[in-house]
Amino acid sequence: MSVEAELDELYRDVIVAHYRRPHHAAPLAHADVSAEGMNPLCGDEVRVELRFEDERLAEGAAWGRGCAISQASASMMTDAIEGLTAGETERLLGAVEQMLKTGAETGEDLGDLDALRGVAKFPVRVKCALLPWKVLREALDEHQDQR
Amino acid sequence: MLDMERIRADFPILSRQVHGHPLVYLDNAATTQKPRQVIRALVEFYEQHNANVHRGVHTLSQEATDLYEAAREHTARFLGAERAEEIIFTRGTTESINLVAQTWARDNLGPGDEIVLTPLEHHSNLVPWQIVAQERGAVLRFIDVDGEGRIDLDSARQLIGQRTRLVAVAQMSNVLGTIAPVQALAALAHAQGALILVDGAQSAPHLPVNVQALDCDFFACSAHKMLGPTGVGVLYGRRRLLKQMAPYQAGGSMIARVELEHSTYAPAPTRFEAGTPNFADVAAFDAALDYLDALGMDAVREHELALTRYALRRLASSPGVTLYGPRNAEQRGAVIAFNYRDLHPHDVGMILDHQGIAVRAGHHCAQPLMRLLDVPAVLRASFYLYNTEAEVDALVGGLAAADALLGRREPAA
Repeated sequence: MSVEAELDELYRDVIVAHYRRPHHAAPLAHADVSAEGMNPLCGDEVRVELRFEDERLAEGAAWGRGCAISQASASMMTDAIEGLTAGETERLLGAVEQMLKTGAETGEDLGDLDALRGVAKFPVRVKCALLPWKVLREALDEHQDQR
Repeated sequence: MLDMERIRADFPILSRQVHGHPLVYLDNAATTQKPRQVIRALVEFYEQHNANVHRGVHTLSQEATDLYEAAREHTARFLGAERAEEIIFTRGTTESINLVAQTWARDNLGPGDEIVLTPLEHHSNLVPWQIVAQERGAVLRFIDVDGEGRIDLDSARQLIGQRTRLVAVAQMSNVLGTIAPVQALAALAHAQGALILVDGAQSAPHLPVNVQALDCDFFACSAHKMLGPTGVGVLYGRRRLLKQMAPYQAGGSMIARVELEHSTYAPAPTRFEAGTPNFADVAAFDAALDYLDALGMDAVREHELALTRYALRRLASSPGVTLYGPRNAEQRGAVIAFNYRDLHPHDVGMILDHQGIAVRAGHHCAQPLMRLLDVPAVLRASFYLYNTEAEVDALVGGLAAADALLGRREPAA
């Protein structure tokens, strides 16, 4: 099998598209909380900013420097969390973590995020995909602490 | 000229496959592969001579001690030390540098004293100095490097002054390959009454080294980066310095006379080798030095210089490759940092791995240097005496797959 075919499951079209043109990859005008994280081993960096309206996530932004997997994951994350409550975001976080670690179907419709399922077969890349979600969790904790 | 066919046949691992491709091992700055002569020496030690050193009256202990001390003498010869007692065995370069930081530096640095480094240093030749400087109120200063990562001697002349107590510098950068002008820096340091420590982790495996000709006061290197086993490091220290230095760790072996309330210490090098040393691996390190002696370090350097020239030429003419470090191969070792298009090294490294090509991707334990280059990470291909031009070709060719997977595909809007 060619290397392209072997790695196609990791670098799915959706992932490459998000990596090449990330969504919500600029600072928010009025962020309520922000958090930053890095993967010291490979040098991936992600910053997450969140703005809340009532109890919902009105918008989220994420950007940084890193590999295709970490940056695509961040981009897809900002799409997926828009409009969610803290509880719903927490549930999504859990579902994504489980998908990345086990590759198993959870029955939940994850939309574009489903493209990350293939990452589970490449254990060294799981932490890349998880990075933005870890930073999101930190930002949510920060939001909770502020209240 | 090195006989590549014969050399490669000595390294069993070079005939294995990775992801269905022949292994192309280009991560030698991290650790090198081992020839069967070294593997055999390790097995033979355990099968024939295993016993603790410096203790037993019995035959095996004597044999083990002889092998351990023979390796010390060989290391002294290999590095051009005046005497075997100037060679201390540690766990690795990192421990060798920490030993100097925790003994000599702790006792000799005061508030306002300066340690002069470069921004090219591996974390292991930076963080130990940060810690001891903080503790003693000393200050770290950094020699400028130019756009190709070469050390600016004018800047060194300005920085190294009356407050300088130590210059600590890698003889060869583990990222850019830059070869430091150690002799000139040693002269500058000594003119101010300062000492110089040379991090030789990357130079000892690849260049002929003579600590007396370099005129350095301390020299540190690691066995596993020069065909030897893991877990063995070397610290060379000038005899008169070691004589005055306080012990590093305390315990067995390093003592002379022990009372309940106080003790006196053994002379160097034993004073700095508390506890049971890694004697089996040290014995196998001797075989690694034999291997390098037989080839000759001049021949090793010549082979790597030719390979570096070839690799620089091939990579420079590949579209999308950004090279870092000195352009002139004479000024560098066989370690080449580069990036490919705007792709992250982690992606490219993985795509290369799936073609059997092992390179390193990341910050290479040199985060300040990454900031200087203004990149989060780089790819690094590092060569050794068994690498060939065909392997450079495989590396250059392997980049095309990264392009196919991530570079050319247009986003779907």
